[in-house]
Amino acid sequence: MADDTIINVRDVHKTFVSETKRPLWSRLTGRAHVQKRVEVLKGVDLTVHRGETVAILGSSGSGKSTLLRCINKLETIEAGRIYVNGHLIGYEEKDGELISEKASITAKKRTDIGMVFQQFNLFLNKTALGNVMAPLRDVKKMSATAAREIAIPTLELVGLGDKMENYPSKLSGGQKQRVAIARALAMEPSVMLFDEPTSALDPELVGEVLAVIKKIAQQGTTMVIVTHEMQFAREIADRIVVMDQGVIVEQGPPEAIFTRPQHPKTKALLSRSGMIPRESTDS
Amino acid sequence: MDFINNTLAVFPALLVAVPVVVQLALGAMVLALVLGLLIALARISSIKILRGIATFYLEVIRGTPLLVQLVYIFFVLPSIGVEIEPVPAGILGLGLNYAAYLSEVFRSAILSVEHGQTEAALSLGYTPTKTLWKVVIPQSFVVSMGPIGNYFIAMIKDTALTSVIAVTEILKTANILNSQTFQTTAIYTAAAILYLIISLPLSRVVVVLERKARSSG
Repeated sequence: MADDTIINVRDVHKTFVSETKRPLWSRLTGRAHVQKRVEVLKGVDLTVHRGETVAILGSSGSGKSTLLRCINKLETIEAGRIYVNGHLIGYEEKDGELISEKASITAKKRTDIGMVFQQFNLFLNKTALGNVMAPLRDVKKMSATAAREIAIPTLELVGLGDKMENYPSKLSGGQKQRVAIARALAMEPSVMLFDEPTSALDPELVGEVLAVIKKIAQQGTTMVIVTHEMQFAREIADRIVVMDQGVIVEQGPPEAIFTRPQHPKTKALLSRSGMIPRESTDS
Repeated sequence: MDFINNTLAVFPALLVAVPVVVQLALGAMVLALVLGLLIALARISSIKILRGIATFYLEVIRGTPLLVQLVYIFFVLPSIGVEIEPVPAGILGLGLNYAAYLSEVFRSAILSVEHGQTEAALSLGYTPTKTLWKVVIPQSFVVSMGPIGNYFIAMIKDTALTSVIAVTEILKTANILNSQTFQTTAIYTAAAILYLIISLPLSRVVVVLERKARSSG
């Protein structure tokens, strides 16, 4: 493992189990619930290096968002290991077995991982400034003055210096997402995870958010972006990772992926989004 | 005209009972808020025993009349050596009862805070406990303000039930006056109007609180 490895995902497996009640008669005669198991990650390996920008592409259901959510333990995993900055995330390892660790320890590891969600998830009872200051105060235990000294320049960085006193209800979708980015960024994490950051935005607001993401990528922030914005991924990413049905099918530099895709699933994905001409051999 | 004059004449005698009603309502409300929040937290807890205890409490309280609960506290508990003065017994009975109803208000308010905010807080390094206290509960209080206010008004009216456990609140005072003067119509009309005078302004306050809660959401 090289020294500059920030994220190290090893053979991760994740299954979603949903339980549905069986009809009354079947419940009387047998098990009350029927389990439906869907394996969403089937052995994923991924390494992200310091300063690198990695974009994960894939059709919906490919497991790309789940992988991102596993990296900061918003989802549990059944097998495999995820390390961020050398720390095993969410578990302790004892004799090769994974044991869930204390919530407070997971919380501490998460401060090093910033995450931006599709639905922004701002604290609705706080202003833009309040949102950015809250984790600095509550988690990093900073004084109000110290938190403000970090929060204000971070909001200015995302172009919201004039909206700091606005509540989320008085912000546009693009502005909300930029506050969310500032909130995560202000914690100075080792890596930023973006989970489809522009999917919930009106088309005319996508640009301002992508511009901010590009800006912080250029400052050398390590990031992993799950996105449907192919053109953006091509522009900004150092590496493109393509997922399909729970596995990584192909990865490489954007130019290689977009001009000489190898895997049929990559070709299909790119042609569906109009990035390459549709091929008749696609299945 | 006699009727109006007689009714007005009774008021000063009834006003003496207002501080008792205020004492009952405020005391019971504080108890109900604290206990109600604890029950709500127990109901959404991951610990099965806590959930079981809270649900049992809820079912017992909601399944029996408040009047019976008050009588039980005041007349039955002394038989096992627990003797409580009328006013504290009233506060306890009203508080324990309203805690059950307020816990449902809190529970639905807590569940109404979008899960995304919880995930965001966790991803920022908040522990689950800190997420609850710093992110979820402050917001659920805002949502709860209107319903809490309505329960408070209902509780003020329910203080009348404590008259059966010897609390000299408005109704009990009216009963005493009635037994002395037999001005039944004037006395109970005055009592009813007194409850109205207390609860009408409060319900205006609740309307304002509800409007505020809506606009902040």
